Amino acid sequence: MADRTLRGKTAIAGIGETTYYKHGQSPHSEFKLALQAVVKAAEDAGINPKEIDGFASYGNDRSEAGRLASALGIHELRFSNMFWGGGGGGVCGAVGNAAAAVATGMADCVVAFRSLAQGQYQRYGRSGGAPLASGDDAFLFPYGIMSPAQRFAMKVTRFMHEHGIKQEALRAISLACYHHAQNNPNAVMRGRPLDEEKYDSSRWIVEPFFHLYDCCQENDGAAAVIVVSAERAKDLKQKPAYIMACAQGCDERSAAPVHNMPNYPSSHFAQLGPRLYKMAKMTPSDMGIVQCYENFTGGVLMSLVEHGLVKPDQANEFLVKDNLIAPNGGMPLNTSGGNLAECYMHGLELVHESVRQIRGVAINQSKKNDTAIIMGGPMVTPVSSLILGSEATL
Amino acid sequence: MSGTYLPDGLPRPGTGPDGLSEPYWQGTREGKLRIQKCKGCGSWQWGPEWICHRCHSFDLDWVEIKGKGRIYSYERPHHPVHAALNGHGPYIVVLVELPDYGNVRMVGNLLGDPKQTVTIGASVEAVFEPHDGADPPYTLVQWRLA
Repeated sequence: MADRTLRGKTAIAGIGETTYYKHGQSPHSEFKLALQAVVKAAEDAGINPKEIDGFASYGNDRSEAGRLASALGIHELRFSNMFWGGGGGGVCGAVGNAAAAVATGMADCVVAFRSLAQGQYQRYGRSGGAPLASGDDAFLFPYGIMSPAQRFAMKVTRFMHEHGIKQEALRAISLACYHHAQNNPNAVMRGRPLDEEKYDSSRWIVEPFFHLYDCCQENDGAAAVIVVSAERAKDLKQKPAYIMACAQGCDERSAAPVHNMPNYPSSHFAQLGPRLYKMAKMTPSDMGIVQCYENFTGGVLMSLVEHGLVKPDQANEFLVKDNLIAPNGGMPLNTSGGNLAECYMHGLELVHESVRQIRGVAINQSKKNDTAIIMGGPMVTPVSSLILGSEATL
Repeated sequence: MSGTYLPDGLPRPGTGPDGLSEPYWQGTREGKLRIQKCKGCGSWQWGPEWICHRCHSFDLDWVEIKGKGRIYSYERPHHPVHAALNGHGPYIVVLVELPDYGNVRMVGNLLGDPKQTVTIGASVEAVFEPHDGADPPYTLVQWRLA
């Protein structure tokens, strides 16, 4: 049997994103936002949107593939795919699924996308107020554990406790994201810089490690990437960002009910990380651009550790702002501002930014830009991550 | 004044359409803490599942246990996610590990001062907290320092 791998077989040839809005402030419907992002991604790639023949998404996106294909007048839809699980656990998995469809010949031009208009629908940081909680929720809601922050905080508490990591390490992650957003015209938090004092004095969402600025925004917008074969990508308008590896899934029993997963203080990447590097034939030290989904900074910390990018016993020294910012930091992180400060586009903005970095056209351009790692949806189940590379890495 | 740790109006626990956790909630009404034990391999299991994750037996018993454990992790939420918590102030949630029962973990509130310092590893014991005024009534398991 031939080598079963995605490595280098496909590439992201186009990216499109809408204006990003604060939650509830999009003048457009969620479905219209999705269409805008897809059309822009096609323009960026230099293809006609009618050439798209597949859609992959995640987070139970409401903009269904069949509806998108019909609205765009697509002649023949050949691939439609939804990655299980809420939040952004599927962001890299959706790109990987698009790549798998193209690599195996199921489709030729697949869009991975996410569209969100939280003004039109419910927010995440508020409980819907249903009077009855059932399933796992019956053991959590009556105790006041309802929001994602509340569900995940005890994982972070335990991780920080086990490794003696201080709040300042999480603060540095937040400061880096806000720093990068200040140059980004599409960042919702542009013009709202963050410093140590503002972070430290911000209100608690959940003690002991979730200040306001450790938590992502909630936003409206849409983003889309176009995945084609490596051969096709070479002939298109943009410099290709090759998909070198994708891994998705979760650690052993990470969805065990009532917080009984065996590896509790975890972002759920412990088994996935090594698999990702193996497919890419790379190591953590090969990674240039590092993009990690921030639902909460504690999740970023554990993701970086589980992808071998930070050692827990060095986290306090390594995770300092200067080391995390482009262009001169040792490990520039979330160089467009990420979920915290660019837009909570469920992490797809991190994929866009990785593509821009590899093309060499990012606003906060990093020098070491041949490879990018993206980690999606820490602490949810399942999660996913992705490695992109320039032609030099093939 | 309800006499419960958190104010009235939060979602009440239900067994869900499949009734999987019904023996647990029946037990707490009777002042008994019950978790699953596999009749096939003898493993303790929590939370409730239809199958033993170790040996795949569907024959799971509900066995009364002693509510003794230690704090494995904790959090102190401030932001009122639910309208019933508006103006209430912070509260403490603990994740309690039960060393006598395969280190299964249970979630509850830590009774006492919501601003108290919480120590990971501290011994705690279960306390039954009836919500008799609810319809239907239910009883939560809470924890206090032992």
